[in-house]
Parts: sequence; structure tokens; C-alpha cells
Amino acid sequence: MSDFPAPDEIRTEELLIAIIARLLEGCRLVSSGASSPIPGGGCLLARHQSGGAMHVNVLGSRANNLMTNGGVELFDWAAQGRLDAFFLGGGQIDGQANINLVGIGDYPQAKIRWPGSFGSAYLYYLVPRVILFREEHTRRVFVEKVDFISTPGTSDPEVYRTGGPYAMVSPICQMGFDKDRRKFHLVSVHPGHTVEEVLDNTGFDIDVPEHVPETILPDRATLDIIRQQISLEIAECYPRFAAKVFPEAMNAA
Amino acid sequence: MTGIVHDSVDSLAALIPDGAKIVVPADYTGIAMELTRAMVRRGVRDLYLVCLPVTGLQGDILIGAGAVKTIETSAVTLGEFGGAPRFQAAIGDGSLKIKDATCPAIHAGIQAGQKGIPYMPLRGMIGSDVLANRDDWKVAQNPFSDEEDPIVLLPAIRPDFALIHAKKADRHGNVYIGIRREVMALAGASRQTLVTVEEIVDGNLLRDDETAAGTLPALYVGGVAEARKGAWPLAFWDEYPADEAHMTSYVAAARSAEGFQDYLDQFVTGDSRAAAAE
Repeated sequence: MSDFPAPDEIRTEELLIAIIARLLEGCRLVSSGASSPIPGGGCLLARHQSGGAMHVNVLGSRANNLMTNGGVELFDWAAQGRLDAFFLGGGQIDGQANINLVGIGDYPQAKIRWPGSFGSAYLYYLVPRVILFREEHTRRVFVEKVDFISTPGTSDPEVYRTGGPYAMVSPICQMGFDKDRRKFHLVSVHPGHTVEEVLDNTGFDIDVPEHVPETILPDRATLDIIRQQISLEIAECYPRFAAKVFPEAMNAA
Repeated sequence: MTGIVHDSVDSLAALIPDGAKIVVPADYTGIAMELTRAMVRRGVRDLYLVCLPVTGLQGDILIGAGAVKTIETSAVTLGEFGGAPRFQAAIGDGSLKIKDATCPAIHAGIQAGQKGIPYMPLRGMIGSDVLANRDDWKVAQNPFSDEEDPIVLLPAIRPDFALIHAKKADRHGNVYIGIRREVMALAGASRQTLVTVEEIVDGNLLRDDETAAGTLPALYVGGVAEARKGAWPLAFWDEYPADEAHMTSYVAAARSAEGFQDYLDQFVTGDSRAAAAE
């Protein structure tokens, strides 16, 4: 039997890494994108759990880089159907899974300008398991309608689309997305949080089943792997993140 | 082989006229920061800056210094150090024209430029506001499909200059790029590539298969100059990590126009080489 730590022994980042790894089960090739330490950690944990069967590309990494034809190769994988999973965040995400990475207010002279759309306006169409991920679950992120569609959650039938939203992970819950109904549904709520909290902090309508399970925590063995191994692997690309979340491992190394 | 190896980075920067269309790579490819500082010292203006596919400190400094008229990019970010302050300010006051893109669209435009063909088709983008705001991109029916199959066509990008920093070059102007294969695309699409390197080496990088496979031949290169720690304060390959303390102080300074000007006075128009060599 697995040994489970108490919820307050687990940092939120560690829980999110474990949830993401679970969502990647069965994938052959996955990649994390820019500014994505937690998804990167999830990929590396999933590879460990796959016994090395999974190929993992961490963007910006030397040790976990699979590309020998330049950055374009990631996008070629996606169009070829080789890339099974990817991650997208968003300054705003709306109820139809549209994503805004550009800014708030009128375009182009945005009131608040974010970095930009990155590869989202392409990968969201072509990667079967796009996992939406945000570390902030509030009504300013999860809005009724985004101000700018960096990439749409769904497309008309004539548009070539083999990919799209597969799950949404936040610090308080996990959601799924029904592309026919164009609507999110609640999958589980993390320990210490409630359905009411999710609804209060989500600016769009979601489907809530009668019984919402609690998110399953990583067991102690998984937590040890995250702390002792994944922490060091992710520190290569994200030293500041690793120093903040895994100070013990960084000090020991 | 006179002419291709320059004595100074400032002499390389002097090749770039106002209004030039330049392309720069993402931080992991090797950023010619010392050349960027030399461009600011020269006072270059009205650049059309293409980013393959994103930029960071390099773009933010050029924008803050008033060197950029138009930027075509998929993102501008300082990564773990946060948003790019001068970029955000220039968008906010409308002084910078932006052509928002998505990463593979810029790669596709550069690939078309590299191949010398007018455009490249690419999946995705349909239904996004990225596409809706690009009147230079077109949607066409896939001519090979019997069914309705719209696909986006991206025009070729042909910059005047590609700017990169690399590990080494020989005196013939051949440049070792290793696994950074996007440099081949940048160089092929651009009329000429300007390169700074950590060191100029003896011999010929094309003569040995081990180095030739990772070498940009001199035929693409318009000029090369030695700049030790030329990517500072950014990380460069395995050679050196980012200067975290400097990046943090940049972000703080660049929050205001005055702070940014102080930064330029200290590290760009002042003696930046001394600071970089520390």
C-alpha cells in the first residue's frame, strides 16, 4: 500500500507537478514551453514514472533537449502528429477555453500588455492533450470572455484541428473541457479547497457534477522523487523557481 | 581575407543603417548583446525588428533606446526575470508598432525566405485574433484537397541583417553554431549575417566534418568581430549563465524612462566592456 503524506506536507507546486504527470500518462512525446517550470517538472516526473519510455523535451534545456534542427522542430512534431501533449497558460482564459496571452484593453495599445501569444495560435490546434495551467485561480484570470483571442478553444468543423484543451489545472482544482458543448466541467478539487471556492473564483459558468471528488495527492515515494530528483533537473532551466520551491534540494546540491 | 573580420564590435554596428530590417534569435540561440549595445551607441533608428520567434533583453533595450519602429514577434519577455518593461511602456504609449505573431509563423516566414519562395503555408491560427490583426497574412484553400480545407499563407521574411553571437569563428568568416540550427534559417533568409564570437580561431572550420556540420559558412556572413562574453548579461550556451544580479537591477531600473536612461549611461554608452568582463 502506498504511503500518503498529509496535505499540509505538500507544497502546491509539488501537487501541481504530480497532477500534470498523471495527465501525461500514456504519452510518447511531450514538451513543455517557455516560462513553464511546473509543466516542465510534470513532464520530467511523468518520464520517470514511465520508466523512461516517454520522450521529454524541456524548452530551453540542454540536458532535456530532443531537437537537433532548431526551435522549429517542436512545431514540425506538432504538425506531424508526433507531439502528444503541451501546456498553455494565459493572462485570461474564458469559458470557451479561448486563451489571451497578449493583453487587457483595446488592441494593439493595450492597457496591460503581456509578452505575447508564443506558439499558442498553432500548438492548441495540433496537440491532442493541451493542458491549460495557471498558478492563479481568480476571476481576473478566468473570465467570461477574453479581451484578445491568442488562440481559440474550439474551431469550426472545416478548420484542421487535431488538438485542443484536454484539462485545466489550477492551485485549487482540476477541470475537463467538453469541446462539443464548448464548456468546462469540474473534475476534482484539491484538498483544503471547496467547490464553492472554485465557483466564487471562476468568472464563467462550469458544469459541476453531483459528487466532486478530492484530488488524489502524490504518495510519499512520488513526493520524494519530486524533491530529490525532479527539483535538480528543473533547476537547470529554472534556477530561481527551484531555489524558491526546493530550497533543501538546492542547498544540498 | 581582409574585411570580414572586424577589429571592433562598434565597426560591425556601423554596417547597420537606419531603417534596416533585422532578425534576432531567441535567447537560447546566442544573443549578440555587445553588438546590441554598440547599435545603441551608434544611435541606430527606425529598425524593423523580427524576432525568431521571441525576444527578451535585447529587444527591450533596443526599444527603450528608441531604435525600433516596428517589431514582429511572438513574445517579448525577460523569462524568469519578468515582463519586458520598455516594451510594455512603448506599447502603452503607442510609440511602437507591433505585428503580433505566433512562433511557427515567424519560423515559416523565415523558412520561405531561406528557400527563396514567396510564402509558406502553415496550420493553426484560423479564428485567432493574431490572424485577424495581420493583413499581410492570407487564408487560402488547400489546392490539393477536394474538401474545404482553409490554410494560412505566410509571406517570406527577408531581413537585411541577422544578428547572432556564437562561440567561435575562423579568420575566413566561417562561424561555429553547433546545434543552434535556427541560425542557418536566419542566415539563409537574411541578406547578410553579422556575428560576434567568443573567440577567433586559426584554421578552417569547414575542413573538418566534426565542425563543418555545425558551421555557418562565411558566404552568409557580412562581418564578424570578437566579443568575449558578448552575450552578457544573458546566458550563452554552456559557456556562462545569466548574470542574475544584473538582470534584476535592469528590471528595477527599466521600470521608468529615467531609470532606463541611467542604465544606458552606465552600461551601454559608458564602459560596458569593463562591466561585462568582471
